[in-house]
Amino acid sequence: MSVAPEPCSGVFFDSQPACPVSRPAGLPCEAFFLQAMTTNPTRKHSPLLTRWTALLSLAAAFVTWELVSRYGGLPAFILPAPEQVASRFWRALADGSLLTHTAVTLAEILLGLLAGTVAAMALGYAVAKSRLFERLVAPYLVASQAIPIVAIAPLLVIWFGPGMFSKVLICALIVFFPVLVNTVVGVRAVPRALHDLMRSLRATRGQIIRRLEVPAALPVLLGGLRIGATLSVIGAVVGELVGADKGLGFLVNSARGQYDTALVFVAVFTLIALALALYGAVAWLEKKLLSWQESHA
Amino acid sequence: MTAPLLTVRDLSVTFPDSNGGLEALDSASFTIYSQEFVCLLGPSGSGKSTLLRILAGLLQPTAGEFVFAGGQPKIGMVFQQATLMPWQTVLGNIMLPLELDGVREEERRARAQELVELVGLQGFEEAWPRDLSGGMAQRVAIARALIHDPDILLLDEPFGSLDALTRERMWTELSRIWQARQKTVLMVTHSIGEALFLADRVLVLSQRPGRIKLDLKVDLPRPRRDDIRYTAHFGRLARKLKEAIE
Ligand SMILES: Nc1ncnc2c1ncn2[C@@H]1O[C@H](COP(=O)(O)OP(=O)(O)OP(=O)(O)O)[C@@H](O)[C@H]1O
Ligand SMILES: [Mg+2]
Repeated sequence: MSVAPEPCSGVFFDSQPACPVSRPAGLPCEAFFLQAMTTNPTRKHSPLLTRWTALLSLAAAFVTWELVSRYGGLPAFILPAPEQVASRFWRALADGSLLTHTAVTLAEILLGLLAGTVAAMALGYAVAKSRLFERLVAPYLVASQAIPIVAIAPLLVIWFGPGMFSKVLICALIVFFPVLVNTVVGVRAVPRALHDLMRSLRATRGQIIRRLEVPAALPVLLGGLRIGATLSVIGAVVGELVGADKGLGFLVNSARGQYDTALVFVAVFTLIALALALYGAVAWLEKKLLSWQESHA
Repeated sequence: MTAPLLTVRDLSVTFPDSNGGLEALDSASFTIYSQEFVCLLGPSGSGKSTLLRILAGLLQPTAGEFVFAGGQPKIGMVFQQATLMPWQTVLGNIMLPLELDGVREEERRARAQELVELVGLQGFEEAWPRDLSGGMAQRVAIARALIHDPDILLLDEPFGSLDALTRERMWTELSRIWQARQKTVLMVTHSIGEALFLADRVLVLSQRPGRIKLDLKVDLPRPRRDDIRYTAHFGRLARKLKEAIE
């Protein structure tokens, strides 16, 4: 089910490069790239085999770490041993500090994700529906992508203070664009025939959105959310590193200041776990909501 | 004869294109009476689908007008290609019109189940559209067009992708539904036999731009059985239609 490469008629920009690879018929270029970036091409392997290879490679990394920390002659503030990190983890867990910081970061991520997604979907819907609106806002949207969020994070912290709000804002900004693009692509890709069907049944605007456009756009939208979820972890940490008094990013900073490298490791691992959990949550959502699609059957 | 349900006057459609516009329909005028079964015949590209799309309110005519007696009617439409929502099961797709009308869940299910049986899809209620054959998908679309008890059925080659046996069963069923529920039907077809088996009247559109070339009354007795096609009168009517199309 592949078609020959064909030029993409763009979202936002009319002069897009042609897709260099074949993509399934009917799948817009942007969506294809996003999917290609986020789906595992080795899905053909049996899941059990894949799981074992993953575990094996993890174990190998762990053993290497253990060996290097034991025989590498590195001081603990450069590379703490796994058991040091583990005991630091229990300590941070026991005194409640780890949970507090994790809760703050998670709250920032979720709020930012929520705000960014809602805003992006609303704006994306308007862009998808109105060419005029697209022409009005497209220059700003494209230009906004040229601004590295990491670089303006200090500015946002200066303006909005070191509290949670500035981090939520950074998360929202970082999530905004991928979700917006995917909303536009998804809504534009709704088949005209189904619109005709709804109109022949005299469906109201709200019914068309709920019964047609949302479910039709959902696969692409969730793809955007999956990217956004991972990005928002980065957003929160960047914000906290720039200036904060709570959160895992703050924990990394303060532990580093005290040469408590084991605690830095603990914070980093917690962040990884957070990102994976978020990714997994979106993947679970996809599986649940998109059971009608062949690939999820 | 009953009262007119639909009056069409001088309907013309020109699609914009690079050289001055493509004329798809050229001042078509006709009347459809309440509870009449009308078939629309014509060569490919003569504007049959376009005419149906206008009547369903999906397309604005360039000129002319059409009036439904009694205001905006409830429409049951079957498109030339089966248009199912891939994220809904067979039953979910069939229930859509009732859902839009705000009918209660239990009643929706009961009525959908009846129609599933009518179109012979028992056992496929929970199947996804991706697992259906073309003919099965089309039968789902037919069931969906019937479920909300529409005032007029607009059918665009609804049996095009069915095998001969199923098609003839659907003819009989459609005749039955039409008579039992006193529907008005406007149906596009390519098959003269189908038109003569089903219709009270056959309209023939000319080559593009389509204009009504023939308005033929089909005065064959009902109920019509399969062997009606071997009668002399059937042959005469078929010949008239054939000549008009060519
Ligand atoms: N949206 C559109 N834009 C431009 N041209 C169109 C459009 N829809 C239909 N046409 C043209 O109008 C003409 C009539 O099309 P239509 O689909 O009504 O034909 P038809 O009689 O249904 O043909 P068929 O029997 O093959 O289904 C065709 O030449 C077609 O190319
Ligand atoms: Mg047609």
